Amino acid sequence: MSVIKQLVSKPWESVDTQTSLSEANDITLARYTALKWLLAVISVMFMLFFITFISRTQFTDFQALAGEPWLPLSDKTPLWINTAYIGLASIILQILCKRFSRLPRWKVNSLLLLTLLSSMLFLSGQLAVWNNLMAQGYYLQTNPANSFFYLLTGLHGLHLLLGVLILTVTLIQCLLKPVSDKMSRRIDLTRIYWHYLLLLWLVLFFLLTSSTETFKAIAEFCGL
Amino acid sequence: MSHVAIADQVDNSHHPKSFITKYIWSQDHKVIAIQYGITAIFVGLVALVLSGLMRLQLGFPDTFSFIDPASYLQFVTMHGMIMVIYLLTALLLGGFGNYLIPLMIGARDMVFPYLNMLSYWTYLLSVIILLASFFVTGGASGAGWTLYPPQAILSGTPGGDAGIILMLISLAVFIIAFTMGGLNYVTTILQARTKGMTLMRMPLSIWGIFVATILGLLAFPALLVSAIMMLLDKTLATSFFMPAVVSLGENLSYGGGSPILFQHLFWFFGHPEVYIVALPAFGMVSDVIATHARKNIFGYRMMVWAIVAIGGLSFVVWAHHMYVSGMNPYFGFFFATTTLIIAVPTALKVYNWVLTLWQGNIRLTVPMLFAIGFIFTFTHGGLTGLFLGNVVVDLPLSDTYFVVGHFHMVMGVSPVMVLYAAIYHWFPKITGRYLNNRLGKWHFWLTFLGTYAIYLPMHYLGFLGVPRRYFAMGDSALMSESAASLNASITVSAIIVGVVQLVFIFNLIWSLKHGKKAPANPWGGTTLEWQTPQTPPQHGNWGPNLPVVYRWAYDFSVPGHTRDFIPQNEPKSTGDENSYEPDLQEREK
Repeated sequence: MSVIKQLVSKPWESVDTQTSLSEANDITLARYTALKWLLAVISVMFMLFFITFISRTQFTDFQALAGEPWLPLSDKTPLWINTAYIGLASIILQILCKRFSRLPRWKVNSLLLLTLLSSMLFLSGQLAVWNNLMAQGYYLQTNPANSFFYLLTGLHGLHLLLGVLILTVTLIQCLLKPVSDKMSRRIDLTRIYWHYLLLLWLVLFFLLTSSTETFKAIAEFCGL
Repeated sequence: MSHVAIADQVDNSHHPKSFITKYIWSQDHKVIAIQYGITAIFVGLVALVLSGLMRLQLGFPDTFSFIDPASYLQFVTMHGMIMVIYLLTALLLGGFGNYLIPLMIGARDMVFPYLNMLSYWTYLLSVIILLASFFVTGGASGAGWTLYPPQAILSGTPGGDAGIILMLISLAVFIIAFTMGGLNYVTTILQARTKGMTLMRMPLSIWGIFVATILGLLAFPALLVSAIMMLLDKTLATSFFMPAVVSLGENLSYGGGSPILFQHLFWFFGHPEVYIVALPAFGMVSDVIATHARKNIFGYRMMVWAIVAIGGLSFVVWAHHMYVSGMNPYFGFFFATTTLIIAVPTALKVYNWVLTLWQGNIRLTVPMLFAIGFIFTFTHGGLTGLFLGNVVVDLPLSDTYFVVGHFHMVMGVSPVMVLYAAIYHWFPKITGRYLNNRLGKWHFWLTFLGTYAIYLPMHYLGFLGVPRRYFAMGDSALMSESAASLNASITVSAIIVGVVQLVFIFNLIWSLKHGKKAPANPWGGTTLEWQTPQTPPQHGNWGPNLPVVYRWAYDFSVPGHTRDFIPQNEPKSTGDENSYEPDLQEREK
């Protein structure tokens, strides 16, 4: 029953066991529901960061990190490499979930390990970008653009780190216990989380490496 | 992939075996609810003492040497923050949400019991961090509960160093705790309802808690975002919110940040927060009123729609808190309009409560007294909201005692009245004993009349232009003699009301052992929590079989039935066949 249909129903008129919830009353669906809400919460948080970021870009002291050849993020190669790492992790999880039941156990474990590795490579790659920025004198407090770069990539990294921890537990379980539905479900939930973090990273990548003109256009579009 | 129904899943992992797993590291929603409740009430008492100290200073200035301007501001700040977040939000959602959701929707527990336990301990951690700020160098933050930068994090402000840092960390930890709990509440309501419990058969308590939780999940991130950024401004000298500042003759390293940005973020959380507190209260008071008036709630569907509408609208009114910060006049017009629109579903709810009472078989029990008291306090607080929602009226009244009177009536006293109604109403289910009736009635009348004695004069003070947050008014023209004596009378009332709350605490503790024993369903309630096989409900709530729901939650005084209520899990009987025939009542006459 659609939500609207439910909201206009007249509950005082019927006395029966209508609309059994046997389908909905399900622990698997519950986990997916919780994940969706969690992603909604994270999205709201980053959306608010984006809005504050865009409005802060319009202040005179804001100096974008890309756009001119001498700016540190004009050369996006390291960030593209990091993107490839997190993208690879996402693709592996997609393949793993699609073929989970048909894959031999050692392959499942190897693919999980590979996901973990490429995610860790992404995180260390991000740290390298941080180091590089600091080496060039772009510290956290030097400019709001830098502050936002460290803050947003740091928070994104923390979310990925949480996923890495959960996936590590799953990998340990896969190594120690027989393959079960529970594991495949957990990997499937992780897959959705990784896809989400990939998407989030792509938005961050675009925003944090945009030029002053692009920020101006976005701000105008948003009416800021 | 096989799907396992929540009620049937073989998971005894959190079945309590020892004292520690049963009462301390418990994963049972009822124990967690009580843990939340005790912690919230404890921290609320701290905030109550703080308000008493503030009132002593305001009512009798130059009398108490231990209250200086700095500590006064710290009392104001901590009182506000504790009451709004650590008491009201935690008790309504963490306490009653936890206790009522599984019982009212016919589930054995929350969907994720471990996460639920983690949520409580994280909440406790946030409380400890917050209270720790009283004991650090410089003391707790004295920035006002809105924590506006730049002043909140400057050294000249009381608690501007360690105090504000601990406050921000505590808020961030609280939000993590709330998110864990909130995900649980929403998922449990959506996925773990028992057979027959459609969304529109849910009691209004659950609707209120459900929508409030969604608001919390979507609004608290705004506070988290602002807390993180302000923490960085304070500790690592970034300039998210901090403009160029000369403090105590010294040029600080900040520059270019926007304090207004913080205000937008804060109120994007802050206004929904009003409804995070109000909506569960709306829901619970509806159930208390219907039960004690022995009448179905008037306009159930409209009540649900109103809850949803208020929830939605609460996200587009935030800037009415910022009229004096300055904004484009068109924005002011927009936010004034949305603010007045939100009065429509809210007023609709008030009418429906009153119409539920109309021709009901009203039993003036203590919970009912508090519920009716709520209708009064909420209507008064709501009506003054209409004044403040208008830009031109708000500007002169902003930052005066009128505002203090308004928000205490609408989101201080009113939710607290509902909390008391709820505690008196559900205490027999939680403990198997009634709270003492005589003490309860004293508690109600002194609290109800006392709050009027406190807050009505504040509106008058506001009209006189008496500003809020001032340590002492001195001999300024703003403070006429009548205003000073009113201030003293408010203080006397506040102290009396404060002491009366200790009577309530005594009643809670005394009744645990000596209260009159209550039957399983003492008020004749229709909802599922009154139909549990044991009282208090045992672990797993329902024995071997989950209840099946056959009807909505408000079958009170149905014509043709011997009892004046039909529980939700009672199947169709012959009485039902006739129950909706329009001429039945006539025939009975």
